[in-house]
Amino acid sequence: MTRKIVIDPVTRVEGHGRVTIHLDDAGNVAQSRLHIVEFRGFERFVQGRPYWEAPVLVQRLCGICPVSHHLAGAKAMDVVVGAGTGAGLTPTAEKIRRLMHYGQIFQSHSLHFFHLASPDLLFGYDADPATRNVIGVALANRELATQAVLMRKYGQEVIAATAGKKIHGTGAIPGGVNKSLTVEERDRLLKGDGGPLSADQMVAWSQGALAFFKDYYKKHKAFIDGFSKFPSNHLCLVRQDGALDLYHGVLRAVDAEGRRILDDVDGQDYLRHFREEVKSWSYMKFPYLKRLGPEQGWYRVGPLARLNVVDFIPTPLAQKEFEAFKAATGGKPNDMCMHTHWARLIEVLHAAEKMRELLQDPDVLGGDLVVHGKRQPEGVGIIEAPRGTLFHHYAVGDDDLIKMANLIVSTTNNNEPMNRAVRCVATTYMAGQKEITEPMMNAVEVAIRAYDPCLSCATHAYGQMPLEITLVDATGAVVARRRKN
Amino acid sequence: MSAKAPKKIVATTSLAGCFGCHMSLLDIDERILDLIELVEFNKSPFDDIKTFTKECDIGLIEGGCCNDENVHVLTEFRKRCKVLVAVGECALMGGLPALRNVLPLKECLEEAYLNGPTVADGNPDKIIPHDPDLPKILNRVYPCHEVVKIDYFLPGCPPSADLIWDALVALVTGQELDPSYRSFKFD
Ligand code: SF4
Repeated sequence: MTRKIVIDPVTRVEGHGRVTIHLDDAGNVAQSRLHIVEFRGFERFVQGRPYWEAPVLVQRLCGICPVSHHLAGAKAMDVVVGAGTGAGLTPTAEKIRRLMHYGQIFQSHSLHFFHLASPDLLFGYDADPATRNVIGVALANRELATQAVLMRKYGQEVIAATAGKKIHGTGAIPGGVNKSLTVEERDRLLKGDGGPLSADQMVAWSQGALAFFKDYYKKHKAFIDGFSKFPSNHLCLVRQDGALDLYHGVLRAVDAEGRRILDDVDGQDYLRHFREEVKSWSYMKFPYLKRLGPEQGWYRVGPLARLNVVDFIPTPLAQKEFEAFKAATGGKPNDMCMHTHWARLIEVLHAAEKMRELLQDPDVLGGDLVVHGKRQPEGVGIIEAPRGTLFHHYAVGDDDLIKMANLIVSTTNNNEPMNRAVRCVATTYMAGQKEITEPMMNAVEVAIRAYDPCLSCATHAYGQMPLEITLVDATGAVVARRRKN
Repeated sequence: MSAKAPKKIVATTSLAGCFGCHMSLLDIDERILDLIELVEFNKSPFDDIKTFTKECDIGLIEGGCCNDENVHVLTEFRKRCKVLVAVGECALMGGLPALRNVLPLKECLEEAYLNGPTVADGNPDKIIPHDPDLPKILNRVYPCHEVVKIDYFLPGCPPSADLIWDALVALVTGQELDPSYRSFKFD
């Protein structure tokens, strides 16, 4: 009898993803797949829209990291309007965008850690599913929950001040931004208006979150180190000097040993280096480095990959944490899936420091907002979204209408690693088992969740995922069904 | 509310949406802690309940229907919730995904899987995803009210956190909602 296990992370609830695992007669994992089950068609339907609409249209891919799409779209259109990349903008425009982006990183990472991952840590991944959720956290630890809510709120306030709106704002426009900060807005974000929402408080709470994780790590070292660990390549943008830079840089990738396999490539040239494979069982494509091919060229993106690729972090508190993080693997790339949480929290601290630094910079109050130059037919915008490298590429006709759009979103870049993670956990926890238990199923979720898959960009799995196990015989007939509620 | 009044039961889902409407609900910030005093969540991505475990008072729907799975979930929500609220542009009118409604679906698929510049060698085997484990894509994106009866509509992309909060409080307490113009004016 073949057993087919269906882990339905999102179809019944969030509507967009599903895991299937086939066990053969001997109970070995014959096949495992993470299917992305939703298709939207953005690449086609943005064609014919005016180019300046791209930054506001395309962010509707994802309401969890809309700023990333907003800015990647705007960066591509900067090139199209002749403003160039990165340093082409006015200092005010670039810094306002950076502030918006670090606000986004801060809120998205906080949301992920506190709302999504902390229930597993606080209660254990094999705890009663009825309490293992963010409401359980709020009831069990009101202080932690309040802090989580306020950290996310602060990031959202920074976004609202720079983009005009917390979700799907309009702040970035081709060639710059449409507003900067007033003195009142700046002071409120910097000093907190008498309440806890100040830049200093965010730095302090970020340190607290890191301490919380490190304390957990000390007590659960074997689990955190060993769970769903496998080698991979790693990709991200880095600043020219090798610093972590989430807004702009060159593309760099390293292999599992830390050797460079993509050496500081200009993003406008991405087509020379990247390809995607299509598989019949998922709407999400499988990107890889062209030179290495699909088997060898797949890579991880996101917080763990970034800290594996960069040489240093350009803010002092996060740099100290980075040094400890690197020391844990003797400077080699870290391939321990659960260490992604650690890397993510180091980035939270970095984002808090960056926001404070930018808010103290008088340029964010400036009035010189937009530049234009010689119109170009094409542009590529690349940014480090919370979940990893995000590519937007557009061609625009002489009539100013979009002719072609190509998007490689962060979660798509992690497609192969997430599939490997599923296989890894299925092999460890399910192979040879007569009965598939709830903790085994949640273990698969925990592995996927470490990638914080924005399955909404491809689609987001928020909160705990629903699981359904179906046992089918060789003819495909259902012999038993179990649902995790 | 008196401590004894039973909490209203709320379920939420995201169909062909971007999760922005759910995020906007989270933007009620500190009021989340009041909300969980006021209501009990049943099936929702906010908690750990994957299938309805009881009849619900209020169902919040984000997103329209772009595949048969969405239709299935929406129909189930209609059956299990006394009051169904369409939240946001996508649920009300299909939203941005409905931009594809003027195009043949085939063109959208071909653009993504055959013509895209990074699709390897133009995808030599011409694979367009299709699998028993993938839901069927509908010919167009349908707003929720074309599929089931919807009781209330909250406009916005996403509706502001204040509007969602006011609407929820009104539904829970049975008060009439008198939204200010500002709360539903957007962009
Ligand atoms: S209405 Fe807007 S925010 Fe809500 S799901 Fe649709 S695109 Fe996202």
